[in-house]
Amino acid sequence: MIPRHLLIAVAVLLVLVVAMGLYLRHMRLQARELESAAVDASPVAPPATGPTETVTLYVADDTAGLLRPRATQIPLPGGRQQRAEELLRALLRIYQQPGATHPLVPAADIRAIYLVDPGAAVIDLNAAFADQHRSGIQSEQLTVNSLVQTLAVNVPGIQRVNILVEGKTRDTLAGHTDLSDSFDVITIEQAGSQ
Amino acid sequence: MRWSSKLQFSVPSSRFSARRFPLRTENWELRTKILAILLASVTLLSAAPSSLPSGDEKQISVYSSVAIYKLPVLERAGRDYVGLLDLLEPLGRVSTESNGRWLKLRYNAIDAEFVAGKTRAKIHGHDFDFVAPFLIENSRGLIPLGSLSALLQRFLGTPVNFRESARRLFIGDVGIQPSFRLDAGTPPRLLLSFSAPVNPTISTEPGKLRMTFKRDPVVSPGSQSISFDNKIITHASYSENNGDAELDVTANEPLMATFSSDRRTIVISTVTVPAAEPAPATPNGAGTGPPKPVQSPAVAANVHRILAAVDPAHGGDERGAALTDTLAEKDVTLGFARLLRHELEIRGFAVALLRDADTSLTLDQRAAAANVARAGIYISLHAVSQGTGARVYTALLPVEGPNNGIFHAWNAAQAPALPVSRIVSAAIATEMQKKEFAVQVSSASLRPLNNVSMPAVAVELAPGENGIADLTNANYQQRAASAIADAVVAVRDRLGVQP
Repeated sequence: MIPRHLLIAVAVLLVLVVAMGLYLRHMRLQARELESAAVDASPVAPPATGPTETVTLYVADDTAGLLRPRATQIPLPGGRQQRAEELLRALLRIYQQPGATHPLVPAADIRAIYLVDPGAAVIDLNAAFADQHRSGIQSEQLTVNSLVQTLAVNVPGIQRVNILVEGKTRDTLAGHTDLSDSFDVITIEQAGSQ
Repeated sequence: MRWSSKLQFSVPSSRFSARRFPLRTENWELRTKILAILLASVTLLSAAPSSLPSGDEKQISVYSSVAIYKLPVLERAGRDYVGLLDLLEPLGRVSTESNGRWLKLRYNAIDAEFVAGKTRAKIHGHDFDFVAPFLIENSRGLIPLGSLSALLQRFLGTPVNFRESARRLFIGDVGIQPSFRLDAGTPPRLLLSFSAPVNPTISTEPGKLRMTFKRDPVVSPGSQSISFDNKIITHASYSENNGDAELDVTANEPLMATFSSDRRTIVISTVTVPAAEPAPATPNGAGTGPPKPVQSPAVAANVHRILAAVDPAHGGDERGAALTDTLAEKDVTLGFARLLRHELEIRGFAVALLRDADTSLTLDQRAAAANVARAGIYISLHAVSQGTGARVYTALLPVEGPNNGIFHAWNAAQAPALPVSRIVSAAIATEMQKKEFAVQVSSASLRPLNNVSMPAVAVELAPGENGIADLTNANYQQRAASAIADAVVAVRDRLGVQP
């Protein structure tokens, strides 16, 4: 006959084994969640702070094939260059929402905007913006027109805009719209009003 | 719970009653009504500004030799203000420091200090008085519009002319004065000459053509209204409003405007309507056999054979858009181009296909091939999976720089032919609409459109009612090709003519 204290000991050990097994499973699930969070490619730009101002964003509509001005309130920092960056990030956030009229991937971001006097601005896009942009004349041209016109209307003095990708010149945005030359603000505005 | 006949809020009668708390109930009723009225008033007042259409937003145009720009005019306490930094930053180097109560600014080598709520500031060591208090919002200063001219003169040291009613500010001698000359031939033409290139927006209505100068520092030609001794083009008038200048030309017939290549001359002339051509027989749908040619072979042989350069986009390593997991844009464009070649050839055109296989060509090679061949027209073909119908594009060109004689910049080689390109584009849209394609016409920064010296368009074919499958459907492609070919025939007389 097995002694009673031995039976109790074995029972306790069995319970411990099962409990540790469950805990191990829990730890593994947690580790997997942490891994998937780490590969999330969403841009993590710090949110802008400061009082909100009314700006006009030129939002593209793929179905209609045009830009629509949209007045909106966004927080804008004091510096001219930082304001330009926050403006275009606000525009991107519209395009990254579900059901957007001109969808862009969540990973698309503005790396920086450089304001070069007199009258020139350089928009530096990240690789995901261009690499994952839909390929097509209208889609690419609307993106460019939207960025240029939003910048020009809200940042006084901008007359021409160049677009880079990851700090380098690129022939086209996604196979069609030419990025090798600067965009004249007046020409883009007149094209948008056609 | 019971609903009180006087109150709009329920009263739990099981615990409270009007008899037990009569005075409190009456006070609450009065307070509730007052609160409701106040809320309604605040809602109406806050909604009122947003109901204004965007076109009524006040703005001021600033013209200088270094920058031309517009600024929003903000209303504060019944006065018009503009942003101080928005005003100065395009004109020079600006650095600022502010704590919300004061603002210190350096513009080039000039230091200035401003205090929120005060009308006196210090600029370069001297006092400066505003017509209204200086304001600071979001660390950026606002200055009253009435002090704009005097303030800028302090910073810039140059004459500043501010037309406050029109909200147009001129720094230095930058104004462009137009001159008029009426050519009273048949039909009459009005020539407007400017001392610098201009880019007005043109709009027309019965009896009038309006040129709106949003960014050009155009000033009055001397007289606000000029009358012409002509029965067709009768007079012109000048006006300024909300930062823009407008020139209106009034006539008894529809008018059109054409620009010289240097954009210093605008020619206003009457619209000449070409004689209507007999409508060609239109196919009654897909799969009914090849269409009949518009002209008989005997007639086509007598017509000068214009060369059409047809360019199927992408090719080789460059697949273009991924229309499906297996279908690439380059494959659709090649098949489409071959159909278009057939349609053009049976209509009497010579056709050069810039690629007739799955080969790689650079954009410069494509442009060079069309230019060297002296094609009469260049047509680039694309395909896309989004949307429906077709989109027709002409080149989006920047304003050309100084005239270099017969030479044009490579990226603006299309400039002289652009007016005819737009006519071709409109003709393609018309013919495609006849064949029940939904069509959009636009301009795009699309090479090599801007590098070719002949009339040039790009056609982007999108799916039809049957979705992506239409892009590989021969009948769908043939309908589109037939429409494009009909359009080229319709504008044949304008092709091959050097502007």
